[in-house]
Amino acid sequence: MSDSPVDPEDVRHVAGLARVNLDDAEVEEFTEQFADILEYFEALDDVPEVDAASELVNVMRPDEVHESLSQDEALSNAPETEDGFFKGPSVS
Amino acid sequence: MSDTYNAFISKAETNAEVDEGPLAGKTIAIKDNISTKGVRTTCGSTMLAEYVPPYNATVVDRVFEAGAQLVGKANMDEFGMGGTTETSAFGATENPAAPGHVPGGSSGGSAAAVAAGEADLALGTDTGGSVRNPAAFCGVVGLKPTYGLVSRYGVVAYANSLEQVGPLAPTVEEAALLLDVIAGSDPHDATTNDGGDNSNYVDAVDGDVEGVTIGVITDLIAGADSEVVSVFEDSLVHLEAQGAEITEVSLDSLEHAVQAYYVIAMSEASSNLARFDGVRYGPDVETAGNWNDTFAAVREEGFGPEVKRRILLGTYALSAGYHDKYYKKAQDARAWVKQDFDTAFESVDVLASPTMPVTPPALGESLDDPLQLYLMDANTVPVNLANLPAISVPAGDVDGLPVGLQLIGPKFGEETIIRTASAAEQ
Repeated sequence: MSDSPVDPEDVRHVAGLARVNLDDAEVEEFTEQFADILEYFEALDDVPEVDAASELVNVMRPDEVHESLSQDEALSNAPETEDGFFKGPSVS
Repeated sequence: MSDTYNAFISKAETNAEVDEGPLAGKTIAIKDNISTKGVRTTCGSTMLAEYVPPYNATVVDRVFEAGAQLVGKANMDEFGMGGTTETSAFGATENPAAPGHVPGGSSGGSAAAVAAGEADLALGTDTGGSVRNPAAFCGVVGLKPTYGLVSRYGVVAYANSLEQVGPLAPTVEEAALLLDVIAGSDPHDATTNDGGDNSNYVDAVDGDVEGVTIGVITDLIAGADSEVVSVFEDSLVHLEAQGAEITEVSLDSLEHAVQAYYVIAMSEASSNLARFDGVRYGPDVETAGNWNDTFAAVREEGFGPEVKRRILLGTYALSAGYHDKYYKKAQDARAWVKQDFDTAFESVDVLASPTMPVTPPALGESLDDPLQLYLMDANTVPVNLANLPAISVPAGDVDGLPVGLQLIGPKFGEETIIRTASAAEQ
């Protein structure tokens, strides 16, 4: 591994995956900070494999109709709606 | 009412639905990531600056049914991401107990409201210490329940597998009273359990620690400021004088707790916060591009730097080629931490450490180095990784700056930590 595990292109790539636009100043700042933080995370390499006994159990309920939000309530915070639907930008 | 400390994002006067009940006549501040029907709920973020929930969180219904009156929605680090309340898009909160200093976070507004007497009680949320940290810094009591004891329905998610709603109050007794009201299973949250059904935590406030064994976690003393450790040790002497037995334990896994916590919390955050796409809620951003362009533009405008940082690092930790290196290893570390705590509780009743390794930093002092801020969480995050209950109770101060004593219990050990905290209370 090189001295700096993170370069600006890595930050831009991840920002693209996460759908967050960044300006150049943010890319520069995050590149430096991510290198520090990821270097700190490297210590996880020393953690042994642990066979965890799961405490989790499935929680089931009958599939019945219950009261829920009305359509108007569900749409009440949307910036744009049309005919009772959320309205988003075009997909392609 | 004025808001001297910027403890509130929105002031609200909501009358209780009933005028009798365990919380009758009491005012409550509710952290602004807990949904309140008809009252703006921002999560401290520009993204939700105009968001008005159409329903109440289960814990909100429960405190209203118990007679509490809402006084306001409390300031917080944006989406709970921070330990100082300085990442709020609505400005920092000042610590009423230590003017010029941060109140801790992320539930800093909740703790400040209680410390300033602007609310009798408060609700916060604790993902990696966000109730205990501000309780310690503001000199009040804060409790993080066993995972699943309290419903998360209506709480805006940051890292679901770690977070719980918890009470903040001036005294252990009032915190226990509020926990009794909010605890208990909820059909709307499948991760709740019946551990808090028909609870009576208030009865555990009897100060009786005769024969209780308290294990000091030496690993969490090593990194703490010496003045903080000195105050912590005084509180142990106080407990010992009342009949508690003090012993030392060491948990090797804790060396990796902060790393594991941040990898898991950031990974869960990157997934949870994907919902903020500007379609169902969020700022209306004019862009010419397609769905992805609009999505990315809304998120650039709506999120602050710490939230972007965590979403990006979480996305990185889960991305192809890195998942096994970071996320899987963090899950191993989490299981290891759980095992270490289980082993420790075979020989002690309660574990103890300073809640925070430091006293509250001055406002503006710490924000420019994220890693240093993450390391400040060393004493609080292990509890979330292990799903355990823990309480922070005032232990004293260093030159006027409050210090908290953290008491950790085994799963569903709320009564034990409340009892011990009531003896520690000064």
